[in-house]
Amino acid sequence: MNAAETGAWALLIQLAASTLRVSTPLVLAALGGLASERSGVINIALEGMMLVGALAAAIVTHSTASPWLGVGAGMAAGALLALLYGLCVIRLRSDQIVAGTAINLLAAGIAPFVCKVLYGATGQTPSIGIENRFQSGPTWMAFALVLAVAAWLRWTPSGLWVRFAGEHPEALSTAGIRVNRVRWAGVVLSGVLSGLGGAALSIQLSSAFSRNMTAGRGFMALAALIFGKWRPVPTALACLLFGFADAIQIRLQGVVLWGSEPVPVQFIQILPYVVTVLVLAGLVGQARAPRALGQFFDRG
Amino acid sequence: MADSLQGPAAAPAAVELRGLTKRFRHVVANAGVDLRVEPGTIHGVIGENGAGKSTAMKMLYGLYAPDEGQILVDGKVCSWRTPQDAIRAGIGMVHQHFMLAGPYTALDNILLGAEPSPSWAGFLPRSLRPVDRSAARARLQKLSEQYGLPVDLDAPIERLPVGIQQRIEILKLLYREARVLILDEPTAVLTPQEVIALFENLRKLKAEGKTIIIITHKLKEVMSFTEKVTVFRAGRVTGEVETAKTSPQELANLMVGRKVVLSVEVPPQPPLGPPVLELDSVALDRRHGKLDGVSLQVRAGEVVGIAGVEGNGQSELMQAILHPRDPGCRSSGKVRVLGQDVTANTTAEIKDLGVGLVPEDRHQEGLLLERPMTENFLLGLQRSPRFASGGFIRQDELEQACRNAIREYDVRPAAIDLELGRFSGGNQQKVVIAREFERKPRFLIAAQPTRGVDVGAIEFIHQRILRARTEGAGVLLVSSELDEVLALSDRILVFYDGRVAGEFKRGECTEREIGLLMGGGS
Repeated sequence: MNAAETGAWALLIQLAASTLRVSTPLVLAALGGLASERSGVINIALEGMMLVGALAAAIVTHSTASPWLGVGAGMAAGALLALLYGLCVIRLRSDQIVAGTAINLLAAGIAPFVCKVLYGATGQTPSIGIENRFQSGPTWMAFALVLAVAAWLRWTPSGLWVRFAGEHPEALSTAGIRVNRVRWAGVVLSGVLSGLGGAALSIQLSSAFSRNMTAGRGFMALAALIFGKWRPVPTALACLLFGFADAIQIRLQGVVLWGSEPVPVQFIQILPYVVTVLVLAGLVGQARAPRALGQFFDRG
Repeated sequence: MADSLQGPAAAPAAVELRGLTKRFRHVVANAGVDLRVEPGTIHGVIGENGAGKSTAMKMLYGLYAPDEGQILVDGKVCSWRTPQDAIRAGIGMVHQHFMLAGPYTALDNILLGAEPSPSWAGFLPRSLRPVDRSAARARLQKLSEQYGLPVDLDAPIERLPVGIQQRIEILKLLYREARVLILDEPTAVLTPQEVIALFENLRKLKAEGKTIIIITHKLKEVMSFTEKVTVFRAGRVTGEVETAKTSPQELANLMVGRKVVLSVEVPPQPPLGPPVLELDSVALDRRHGKLDGVSLQVRAGEVVGIAGVEGNGQSELMQAILHPRDPGCRSSGKVRVLGQDVTANTTAEIKDLGVGLVPEDRHQEGLLLERPMTENFLLGLQRSPRFASGGFIRQDELEQACRNAIREYDVRPAAIDLELGRFSGGNQQKVVIAREFERKPRFLIAAQPTRGVDVGAIEFIHQRILRARTEGAGVLLVSSELDEVLALSDRILVFYDGRVAGEFKRGECTEREIGLLMGGGS
């Protein structure tokens, strides 16, 4: 093997590892979206849930020096926001898109406020030392969870209930299961998983929380969910595709592709978003959403 | 268990309702309903829409709690709050709209909510114990053999025909050990052959000791398949009779509260005139629906009936006639109405040629339920010189026309300012018909004209359709009620899978022949 070949292999492996890493928050949030949407609740609030998860994880890890406590805090923060969302859309029956948008705005507003109160600056939390950050933990968790969620949906009663709650809630109800209770579980689980995804973002992929650090990843996760036809494994593969675009983007920043100047970094950075748009616009084809997605259910 | 139920004199009723009363705000849906169902029988429950039969059954299977009265099962007083309590007591219901999720397998649909789990998983919470599908499958195979109800348990529901879906609903109840099965309008979506198969299955269930209650409005089925019938009218039971000792006429009278003419008297057919509707290989691509090169003709002075199980292109046919310009309604073929090629015309232009339309879904396409009768009467006539001048509605003229219509069509209540949603289904339909006849149509399209309409009004609507024919109009009748098509039509076209599967003249076919074609046979 000559030096050029070794270099190419190294590059590929690096790119693969980087893809897995940057896909982690996407996979977790997409699984969260899956739990909520398969139960019949649209969840565009993934973005906000990720953001508070990232914030809480960074704060707790910074103050306790324990990334495990940080992850727990991230999941709890996501769950808390999910409870608020569930209150709006399950209990009070507000429109799921409107309420989801409100949750996202709320999260985007809370984060700088909390930073200001705690650290005197709205921009970001203090940086966390490398010894207190995760290297690959959340990534392993994410891909283990893909299989766990797939098995859960297929093999357990509650997985069956979630699928029926999104497809034919009346059938579930007449079979003696409280539809809205199942939906509550789906929504809270989506908060927990999105919060975990946010934590991966702030204490695995970077060293602090920074303003709007999710940068649309919640929506990308949603796109992956649709691309993956609301099924766990295909959804995770879609996340890997977006993650791959992101990894390439990171790799290409500042690289001279042609001529003498590098392509402006802004153009490189839009790559994952362009892939998302192309996938949603062209490749999705006949994605069939759960039939009762977005509909209220009366009589639990 | 079955043994203790036998012995006709000694056994308590399988189900007994005593003085059940249910009010919804001011409306009394059930006023002292008494009903007794003997074990091991098939019992019919009939009544018009809104007569209270569904309310009574919903109390029986636990969806509503009664305000007064008692429910007894096997002689024991029961009080329950949910359908689950009822099913535990052995009472289950097959709903008119099946409670089945299309993409999932029959097996999953059946075991939903009653998932078996292997014994080793006892330490897990119920919701996380693995589902033991093979145990459920074994039990279901035994049940379907015992009751003669074969199904493919691994097929997704959406790929199964409606008759099989219904069988799955019945298995669902058997799986939950129901002893009393309530079936709500079980034949509404079935072909005649499937109806026969259903009742054969129900007889087998009866022979195995099950008790069956059928809610229906079809007198013929009640007469041929039940042992006793309970008739509801206006929230009360107006009769409980033994089927062998009654007649369809008596049942109809009990349902309506007056003497009803059941058979349609068809006046002699007038001489046929020119075609009022000509379709020449009209097709619609599969993306939008299904119509496969439909060619047909309706001439002045005849009623052409379209028979078929719903969803076989009847709705698409109507849309293609009314919106021929829209590629989502017609992708190829010619439409001529009253001798004129209308392929490029708007719906309003087509209707102005002299077309009356009774739409298949009057709530969606025919009426504004939250507006008063006057405005509904004006719909589609708002540009006619009779009701409009100089950009204003001629209110006096309109009100006068409404009052006339109320008199002529016996619309109740006689309140032209009342919002239409407060009228009964039959009276709403009368408003539609009065309005469409106001146009003096030379071509009448009547789609499901008696759906959700009470027996008394059905009689009237049928007569009105036949009068249009006598007066020389051509009528296209689309109905999923085969009896209606058979009674009114001079020619019958059977629709299957978006095409005309067969054509018959009046009196030249049997219900069996048509039924076979409706189910895709030949």
